[in-house]
Amino acid sequence: MLVARPGPGADLVVRGARVLDPVERIDAVLDVVVDGGVISALEPPGARLDNGHRSIDGRGLVLAPAFVDPHVHLRTPGREDEETIASGTRAAAAGGFCAILAMPNTDPVVDSAAVLGALVETARAEAVIPVGHLAAITRGQEGAQLAELGELADGGAVGFSDDGRPVVSAGLLRRALQYAAATGRRLALHCEEPSLSRDGQVHEGTVSAELGFAPYPSVAESLMVERDLALAAYEGQPLHLLHLSARGSVEALRAAQERGVEASAEVTPHHLCLTDEAVRTLDPNRKMNPPLRAEADRAALLEALRDGTISSIASDHAPHARHEKEVPFEAAPFGVTGLETAFAALYTALVEPGLLALETLLERLSHGPARVYGLEPPRVAPGARANLVLLDLERRWRVEERGFRSLSANSWLLGESLRGAVRLTVADGRVAFPG
Amino acid sequence: MREELLPPAPVLPSRRHLLSIGDLTALDVERLLDTARSFELSLEREVKKLPTLRGRTVVNVFYESSTRTSASFELAAKRLSADTLSIRAAGSSVDKGESLKDTALTLGAYEPDVIVIRHPQIGAPHLVARLTRARIVNAGDGTHQHPTQALLDLHALRGAFGRLEGLHVAIVGDVSHSRVARSLVQALALVGAHVTLVGPATLIPRGIEALGCEIAHEIEAIGAADVVYVLRLQHERMQAGASFVPSLREYTARWGITPARLRPGQRVMHPGPMNRGVEIDPRVADAPDALIEAQVRAGLVVRMAVLYDLLTTSPAGVREASAAEVA
Repeated sequence: MLVARPGPGADLVVRGARVLDPVERIDAVLDVVVDGGVISALEPPGARLDNGHRSIDGRGLVLAPAFVDPHVHLRTPGREDEETIASGTRAAAAGGFCAILAMPNTDPVVDSAAVLGALVETARAEAVIPVGHLAAITRGQEGAQLAELGELADGGAVGFSDDGRPVVSAGLLRRALQYAAATGRRLALHCEEPSLSRDGQVHEGTVSAELGFAPYPSVAESLMVERDLALAAYEGQPLHLLHLSARGSVEALRAAQERGVEASAEVTPHHLCLTDEAVRTLDPNRKMNPPLRAEADRAALLEALRDGTISSIASDHAPHARHEKEVPFEAAPFGVTGLETAFAALYTALVEPGLLALETLLERLSHGPARVYGLEPPRVAPGARANLVLLDLERRWRVEERGFRSLSANSWLLGESLRGAVRLTVADGRVAFPG
Repeated sequence: MREELLPPAPVLPSRRHLLSIGDLTALDVERLLDTARSFELSLEREVKKLPTLRGRTVVNVFYESSTRTSASFELAAKRLSADTLSIRAAGSSVDKGESLKDTALTLGAYEPDVIVIRHPQIGAPHLVARLTRARIVNAGDGTHQHPTQALLDLHALRGAFGRLEGLHVAIVGDVSHSRVARSLVQALALVGAHVTLVGPATLIPRGIEALGCEIAHEIEAIGAADVVYVLRLQHERMQAGASFVPSLREYTARWGITPARLRPGQRVMHPGPMNRGVEIDPRVADAPDALIEAQVRAGLVVRMAVLYDLLTTSPAGVREASAAEVA
């Protein structure tokens, strides 16, 4: 269940943009008319001169289905100094997203209908775009007892995750797979074998060896991926793999999909753009879990994104207070922000140099993640709710701390110059950006 | 295009600070060692104090216990006539929960010329470098780097062998947890020495060979080395859950440096503090041709050279004027 602040649907027409919807197979210059929040017509440019709607000049721009982020930390409840539902959804809208899914590792954890209910109410009051909530798999995300998955599903949970932590007990994960089947919601798993990643800070390789960091080997992820896929296969249940980082994980996923396991996966912009070499600056904004890995891992992730093995891009937007990141690398918490830079980072690093087709990027940012959780995919088609993003692919901009709508600025891209800017976001029929 | 997304130009100009041996070139090392040698000669002439850094302020901040490093930095600054201030975490505002950032800003407000910092976490000196205008010397950050230790080791080696290029050094023991080993491997590579790391695979970090060293697991591999550099084995390495080695007894039996394992003429080094009877046999530690005391002595002059170099080498031109004072 996605919820947002209620409001009337927009009347507008975006004129003369290149409309690009890879799923609807549209790539043409068109006027797109939105009536009361619903797409009413796609017309040749200038066909209807004035219908009294707000007119937006889209010439030279790309109009596409808006983005869906399946993995965001809104830090609410508990750390509203780092992010709130209001600030997080404003940041998402600025990044071109029409829907985001929030992870339950808050304080308190979203592991009861009461906590979830309060969040849904808050979202109804302040979310500028629709927000969905995942709920915990286990009580307190402690990996000991199942949370009340049935009641959480009834209360609106779109899926279940102990994100931030693995479900260490194979037996408990098996029970969760069995039990969640009755809810129709998918489990989203953070794959990390803790006895291998123990105290690990940086991908195990030449960089961790040289810098002296406690290593976090790629096998800590891929071993758990293999275990979780084996359990999903045995139980015949679907699952979703969060923020994959390692080549071995991709290989295991591909093999399981070929055997018919219903497994989906996501990858973050930072794992697609950076390797562990980026850690050499000791900038705490390069510290995340899973860690940045080797070039061979990055290449395998990109290949899996291209061929669809990985269906979704997820920002894993993880806001942290300035004073918590302004410490030695080793003392800093894991995580970086990403809602406002996801598209531009990937466009600049992958599409512009010809490593990834724009159509593929748009699909993996929108249709792919929506499908994972059974959400209505954004599309540019008459009769569909308007979920649109207008992109300026020529515009260059600099990522600066004061430019963020997020309450936190722990971006791995601070100071970088990116190409590709969001000009307009329509979410669930309403103009969410610029707001 | 991907390069554009990689780290921007190094945050720290290499020679403004001494954070890592990786910041130095072979020429920098040579200059530092030559400066240390000239200080050594001047101290031998019984001129214990030089006026070189009069009016400068050196602050030593130690968040970890230390005898050799903190004492020699303080003495080095005093021998160069700098004003010194030494702060230990225990008994300071750190005890009251002050963050490293606030401590750095507080110390920075006194406008010291150099801050020497030891800290248990990787990246601490780099943070202080970003927050203050002082020049920063890394006196050990976690398991990352201890550059002045590596420089003093080179100084001791050059004193004993008269050269560095072509020397073969076997570093034995817990490389994984050793900032000394990391800095030393890089420093030895810079001067053209040959390095073999010796120890069980649990204590040799995967990927370290990229620094240009060889790896061997059997203790016999030290046979070909001119120098056996022994690392400290900390007791917590065999605690439950860690299990880097099964027991100290077994470690000593297999990798402990005993007289029987050394051949005549091999020189032995250890950065201290030693666990006598664990990684090093007391007879080896106390043997007259061990270089362990020479290392300690080298600490003073090398740290004098580092302070001198940081405060006089840049901006260019100043150094020439001050060099005369040393001679």
